[in-house]
Amino acid sequence: MTQVAVKHLWKEYGNQVVLENVNLQVNDHEFVTIVGASGCGKTTFLRMLLGVETPSRGQFLIDGEPLPSEPGPDRGIVFQRYSLFPHLTVLENLLLGLELRAAPTLGRLFGARRRRALDKAQPLLEAIGLQSAADKFPAQLSGGMQQRLSIAQSVICEPKILLLDEPFGALDPGITADMHTLILKLWNTHKMTVFMVTHDLKESFELGTRLLVFDKVRVDPQSPEAYGATITFNIPLKGHRSA
Amino acid sequence: MRRLINQRPGRGGSALLSLLPFILVVCAYLFYSHARLLQNPGDKLLPSPTTIAATVHRYAFEEDERSGDVLWWTDTWASLERLLTALAISAIIGLSLGLAIGVIPYLRAAIAPFVAAVSLIPPLAILPILFIVAGLGELAKVMLIIIGVAPVIVRDLAMRAGELPNEQIIKAQTLGASTWQLVVRVVLPQLWPRLLDALRLCLGSAWLFLIAAEAIASTEGLGYRIFLVRRYLAMDLILPYVAWITLLAFSMDWLLKTLRTKAFPWAASN
Repeated sequence: MTQVAVKHLWKEYGNQVVLENVNLQVNDHEFVTIVGASGCGKTTFLRMLLGVETPSRGQFLIDGEPLPSEPGPDRGIVFQRYSLFPHLTVLENLLLGLELRAAPTLGRLFGARRRRALDKAQPLLEAIGLQSAADKFPAQLSGGMQQRLSIAQSVICEPKILLLDEPFGALDPGITADMHTLILKLWNTHKMTVFMVTHDLKESFELGTRLLVFDKVRVDPQSPEAYGATITFNIPLKGHRSA
Repeated sequence: MRRLINQRPGRGGSALLSLLPFILVVCAYLFYSHARLLQNPGDKLLPSPTTIAATVHRYAFEEDERSGDVLWWTDTWASLERLLTALAISAIIGLSLGLAIGVIPYLRAAIAPFVAAVSLIPPLAILPILFIVAGLGELAKVMLIIIGVAPVIVRDLAMRAGELPNEQIIKAQTLGASTWQLVVRVVLPQLWPRLLDALRLCLGSAWLFLIAAEAIASTEGLGYRIFLVRRYLAMDLILPYVAWITLLAFSMDWLLKTLRTKAFPWAASN
């Protein structure tokens, strides 16, 4: 069970208000899609949930507990780019999360423990269709393959919450459809709560069980930074909850 | 006719062109050496190839009458030992401080300005201090190279560590990495090829400091020998020694480059 609550959340940089009075209640195993104009604070919202930015006022609660102020294994992240480790092969990238958890000093597993980790990684490797590329380095993969790997790399740690920051923004439209199938499958198998920031309105309706629209309700033409954005629409959707 | 910028030599042409300047220099030398020797057979400035070959043979294959050593090789080992010791120690200092500065903000605040200041001290200016404090032995010479080279490597590696995309660092934390694990599994492995690059770039100055130190206080070494025989205008020894030093430096550079490509195939595109 993972419930996320946001209470009276404000984010300001000096005089500039980015987010004002955001309130939200998200239930377990929801797929939340977030849309909004550029600079409306949706990425800031995601970064606060990730723990790399702190709210100016208000708070996030995960299952009633305040959010830790740094990134941790309970919240996975997939960025648009750069979230793979270029010096590790596909398989090593996938295993990293398991190895870090099980081996505090070396961060590497050997022998029987490594084989057990491999057994766990194998189904995921197949799910993302990269078995034949297991020994390649990320630079040798296409953009779509890299993002599939990046998603699997997070999912293998079984985070309670998976954060996606425009994960398919840089991909071809044809590949995006496959990615949608993949992310829905993983979401259903691993029962995570997903927050996904996207530019693509169609995508947000297709994938989400809840759609959030971030926008400014008040605008002062003399000082545009005086008011921030908030959630203007919070729409429950039917979603693809097949499980 | 295509533009000059679009015309490329083939493989054989490239090899030939790259040899051309070397051949030209050798030809020019032979020409002027011959001309001078014709005028004065005792000329020492541009000795003939035969004289050079004889001297090289004497130094590289015959024992010195006084010490019983084969001087060419004792000089080479003495210099290489100093250089490699200093480079190894500089690499260790560079990696550890570079990681500390690049990864941990508190250590960056404490160490980075100091390293920046130290790196601006002209190493040769404190050579007298080294000789006074550490004596005229090996320590002072190795220290000089380390002082000249290590701060550069530290700053380079710290910068490289800082250049790693923030996304990677955040991602590793969401996979459960502690600070230590982040260093050993994410940052350090990506710094190895950078370290080899930094060492390659430092080779030139490392040799410079080595020869400077040997010229001033030493009893053997490539730099010592050159400065010793300078008194007798022994160009027949100085020239081959300089060529030998260049060859050694070139081989080290090539070895480091090859090691980088072989050991870190993922970094090839950089």
